[in-house]
Amino acid sequence: MSWKDEARAGLNDIWPAALAAVPIGLLFGALAAGKGLSPFEVFLMSVLVFAGGAQFAAVELWTHPAPILALVFSTALINARHILMSASIAPKLKGFSTAQLFGGLYYMADENWALAEKRARSHPVTPAYWFAMIVPFVLGWLTTSTTGAIIGAALGDPKRYGADFAFTALFIALTAAFWKGRVTAWTVAAAGIASALAYKLAGPPWHVLAGALCGLAAAWIAAGDLPGKAIESPAE
Amino acid sequence: MSLDPINLAAFLGMALVTYLTRIAGLALVGRLNLSARAQAAFDAIPPSVLIAVIAPSALATGWLETVAALVCGLAATRLPLLGVVAVGVATVVALRMVA
Repeated sequence: MSWKDEARAGLNDIWPAALAAVPIGLLFGALAAGKGLSPFEVFLMSVLVFAGGAQFAAVELWTHPAPILALVFSTALINARHILMSASIAPKLKGFSTAQLFGGLYYMADENWALAEKRARSHPVTPAYWFAMIVPFVLGWLTTSTTGAIIGAALGDPKRYGADFAFTALFIALTAAFWKGRVTAWTVAAAGIASALAYKLAGPPWHVLAGALCGLAAAWIAAGDLPGKAIESPAE
Repeated sequence: MSLDPINLAAFLGMALVTYLTRIAGLALVGRLNLSARAQAAFDAIPPSVLIAVIAPSALATGWLETVAALVCGLAATRLPLLGVVAVGVATVVALRMVA
């Protein structure tokens, strides 16, 4: 495939996720404005950090003056998943120069990473594909979050349009793309229950850590009795 | 164009720690020699993280969000990404009007 075909495939894959992120960006900007952040500050945070979940959690924690240590710790915890995500996707990125690799990974997010993982099942992931996904997705997040901060007050209660639920619906749809039968069902159940419990008992950001670790543990346990797996790894 | 210097410091700290997580995986590539079982756990990272992030919204907000999340789960077996989002948002709005 030519780089143009690769770029077209990237755009085709990312646009539904980018569209689904529009109300999320507006919602984020509106919430940040409610905490006293200026539109320029919202733009700066989005361009520098570019991590939806961590930015929402940060806004929830925001006070004046900003609690820098708490914000950095919360961000590190919520984004710790990126370590395993980049370890998983990096070997599948084909033909990237060092600059493309370190530049491209700066804007790796759940959505574009998930789509690249899906792409990697059938095609090599080229720089043209990766950047065609990244650029519109990043521009969309910058535009909508900044716009949300500007018109935040005018939007009124985002719950009226169900915009607060778009994030949840989007992540459920993305989870379905990774469905591998019984093991995934146990993973989802364990991650969901552990995260909800941790959220109730310890509050954010611990729910992400607890849910992710319990989901992994459930997959580990559920995969143990898969036929054939025990023969492949007799050491276990 | 107001910018609080302490806010800027917070943004830079958040950005640095986030970028470190995004490139740290590069150091792990090739050092991971995964058993079949570890591979299953590794494959479970995406659904685990995605569900862990949204579980409070889906399970700990109220019954109608939980119902809408279940509707999304059903819709996800048949519809593309944006269809699931549309169904989820419409369900939440409808339930909130009724409830």
